[in-house]
Amino acid sequence: MADFKKYEPLPKKDRTKVPRQEMPQQDPLERIKNFMEVPHGLSPEAAQIEASRCLECKKPLCMDGCPVEVDIPGFIRLVMDGEFIAAARKIKETNALPAVCGRVCPQEEQCEKVCVLTKKYRPVAIGNLERFVADYEREAGAVMAPKLPPSTGKKIAVVGSGPAGITVAADLAQMGHKVVMYEALHKAGGVLVYGIPEFRLPKKIVAAEIDYLRKLGVEVITSYVIGKLDTVDELMEQEGFDAVFIGTGAGLPNFMKIEGENLNGIYSANEFLTRSNLMGAFKFPENDTPIFAGENVAVLGGGNTAMDSVRTSLRLGAKNAYIIYRRSRNEMPARLDEIHHAEQEGVQFKFLTNPVRYMGDENGWVRAMECVKMELGEPDASGRRRPVVINGSNFTIPVDTVVVAVGNSSNPLIPQTTPGLETNRWGNIKVDDKTMMSSRPGIFAGGDIVTGGATVILAAGAGKVAARGIHNYVMGTPFYADDDKKGAKETESETKK
Amino acid sequence: MFKILEKEELCDKVHRFRIEAPRIVRKAKAGQFVILRQNESGERVPMSIGGLDKENGILTVVIQEVGKTSASMNRMKAGDFFADVVGPLGIPSHVEKFGHCVCIGGGVGIPPIYPIAQALKEAGNKVTTIIGSRSKNLLIFEKELSEASDQLLVSTDDGSFGTHGFVTTILQKMLDDGVKIDMVIAIGPVPMMKAVVNTTRKPKIKTYVSLNPIMVDGTGMCGACRVTVGGQTKFACVDGPDFDGHEVDFDEMTKRLKMYSRYEKIAYEKFLDDEHCRLGKQVKQMDKQDR
Ligand SMILES: Cc1cc2nc3c(=O)[nH]c(=O)nc-3n(C[C@H](O)[C@H](O)[C@H](O)COP(=O)(O)OP(=O)(O)OC[C@H]3O[C@@H](n4cnc5c(N)ncnc54)[C@H](O)[C@@H]3O)c2cc1C
Ligand SMILES: Cc1cc2nc3c(=O)[nH]c(=O)nc-3n(C[C@H](O)[C@H](O)[C@H](O)COP(=O)(O)OP(=O)(O)OC[C@H]3O[C@@H](n4cnc5c(N)ncnc54)[C@H](O)[C@@H]3O)c2cc1C
Ligand code: SF4
Ligand code: FES
Repeated sequence: MADFKKYEPLPKKDRTKVPRQEMPQQDPLERIKNFMEVPHGLSPEAAQIEASRCLECKKPLCMDGCPVEVDIPGFIRLVMDGEFIAAARKIKETNALPAVCGRVCPQEEQCEKVCVLTKKYRPVAIGNLERFVADYEREAGAVMAPKLPPSTGKKIAVVGSGPAGITVAADLAQMGHKVVMYEALHKAGGVLVYGIPEFRLPKKIVAAEIDYLRKLGVEVITSYVIGKLDTVDELMEQEGFDAVFIGTGAGLPNFMKIEGENLNGIYSANEFLTRSNLMGAFKFPENDTPIFAGENVAVLGGGNTAMDSVRTSLRLGAKNAYIIYRRSRNEMPARLDEIHHAEQEGVQFKFLTNPVRYMGDENGWVRAMECVKMELGEPDASGRRRPVVINGSNFTIPVDTVVVAVGNSSNPLIPQTTPGLETNRWGNIKVDDKTMMSSRPGIFAGGDIVTGGATVILAAGAGKVAARGIHNYVMGTPFYADDDKKGAKETESETKK
Repeated sequence: MFKILEKEELCDKVHRFRIEAPRIVRKAKAGQFVILRQNESGERVPMSIGGLDKENGILTVVIQEVGKTSASMNRMKAGDFFADVVGPLGIPSHVEKFGHCVCIGGGVGIPPIYPIAQALKEAGNKVTTIIGSRSKNLLIFEKELSEASDQLLVSTDDGSFGTHGFVTTILQKMLDDGVKIDMVIAIGPVPMMKAVVNTTRKPKIKTYVSLNPIMVDGTGMCGACRVTVGGQTKFACVDGPDFDGHEVDFDEMTKRLKMYSRYEKIAYEKFLDDEHCRLGKQVKQMDKQDR
């Protein structure tokens, strides 16, 4: 049954005349005083109008841009038809986390970048529609646990509860396996709960995903550090797990190793965001954990983490909030939406700038940072033009808080305590990319611990592949068998078209 | 949820908790720590392991009231529950056969010295333990430590018990008397650890200290606990908490420990105010009932 009236499709030639539907948002001057979500989400009417812009391409390029191949025109059609819940379920066939991905995926770099409308018009707002249907399904109380197959009698441990772990656990539970998820922190969700702020991803959405796992029979155990309490080997040998998935993320903050970096007021982004998000320090003293955000806050870096930190600092009362980035605006890796939001909120961007040292007062508090100006030289290994220091361009900015958001490395705890688990020179776990199995039989890995800091959807995608690999491994079916099936499905859908 | 089996006041503002935590106890070793969280809005506070009852799966921690969270924890009773106990965290203390080990504890650094002294003794060392406090009535864990060590020496700042002076007064006297010492481990307030390290620096005695910087996650994720050791930044929660004392930048650490002083004062005073109010209300309630 339709959730809403069917929207009569326009003739294709008229579809490009419909303007892209914008999401209503909180006013910038208001929203920097609260931690509530910034965009309000599309209304059902607006969602249907937006969906009506889709040309329903025969060869939908948008799907090539999606790392997990969501049937984008398929779900958009259902939105037009007013079948919102069916649309959400269509996405969930390949993406377990649409409410999250609809909010945090860099759509402008993925599906929307290659949408055919992008060249001449503005792309279909695929991300906003994804968010809309997922929210609709959840708010309608229509999220249902599927009927589970009979138990296989196999037991699998999932270490880490970020998007990779959530996906692998959900998929394995739906294949009939017993899944136990271990999380080091006291709340499950990984970066989605401790890193990404409430104003971008409300925590109730992540909590709903974890509840869903519980509905699928997954046992979620928090405050349990694998490698300290049980090692991976002990999970397999003593706790009787048939396989272990490691999705521990890239949670080791990088510092720049410059003079004065341990002064008070200088945070890693992980600490700054964890205090605010996970520990709720923005509600101090109602919550017990304090956070210091002064009047002049400098955030180093140009990624989502930097944007999240700088926007958090504004909400904590910063008067001047700077982004200090060593390249130019074009090279910033953050999502476009977040850069726009930061600009609207009054963040001051200092491009082509790099800190060289910090100056403190007699009590050990940071008071100023010395920076140099940069220029862009030849492209480096990442294909981006390399920033080069302009000699003698040194200048000083007064600051009382600095947040270092220049990336994360992988936490060595599990590799250190799991003999024979091979890692590369950055400490990332090496896996076979078809099965996600590591150098140790039965031990699988995926997400940021394998790729280094990446994206939610890539972590979730890795979880999907790993679930298949683990299933085949524990059931003793040939590893690559499912690839053929996948091939068969593809030809099937080809012929349907 | 972790149940408090027993709670006891050791001296003013210092309480010993015996907590049911069999999984943690099974794995934990001397020198490690746990992170406690009292309830949903609570802070994550690190506490050293002050005893391991392997047989019954009971963990001992000793908590000193210094601010809101520790005060609120010290109001808990046997039968209450901690929302979370995470651990064991950190690297266990270095235990091997050194020869003559001197274990030094001050304040709430005394309890964690106890399992370390035990382990060192088990490893075949001769163990001398020195503990110190401001005054006789603040001494804790005396009985436990005298059992665990070959020799227990005590100092008090005011001379009300044992040697009049500091733990370093005793240590210096031992050195002056030509006692051979192969290793020292010190746990206590930063100024105490700094003084111990300065005493053992010249005679070049290997000295470990257990650092207690501000922590959040305790797993190496946040970097809050960074300390400078030998000119390099280390994360105390995963690289420590024990470090070579002669390499530690104690001055930096002292400053970092004061990072939240302003906020801590607000929270603590609000907590005490609320508590007085609550007590006041209770008294009024009782008055009414009496009438
Ligand atoms: C601030 C911030 C903003 C971001 N914004 C975006 C965005 O807008 N869009 C986007 O696509 N991506 C974004 N990312 C990146 C994205 O969040 C990550 O790529 C993704 O979360 C990785 O997922 P994961 O499952 O590999 O690990 P994580 O999400 O890192 O989760 C790993 C979990 O494992 C736990 N763990 C670690 N070690 C152990 C252990 N030994 N035992 C038990 N548990 C353990 C950790 O506590 C953690 O909860 C952002 C990242 C950050 C930090
Ligand atoms: C490895 C380690 C072992 C410890 N062992 C013990 C112990 O066995 N017994 C004991 O009583 N205390 C111990 N501490 C110190 C204890 O964690 C703090 O006293 C406690 O967190 C204070 O919390 P509060 O909210 O009551 O005080 P607050 O009012 O918040 O702070 C008072 C002082 O405590 C320190 N502190 C505050 N928060 C933290 C934190 N998250 N981590 C570390 N220090 C903090 C600061 O110096 C601060 O000035 C240990 C600390 C560490 C890092
Ligand atoms: S490429 Fe754009 S227009 Fe074509 S199907 Fe995908 S979303 Fe619709
Ligand atoms: S407490 Fe967070 S890294 Fe040590």
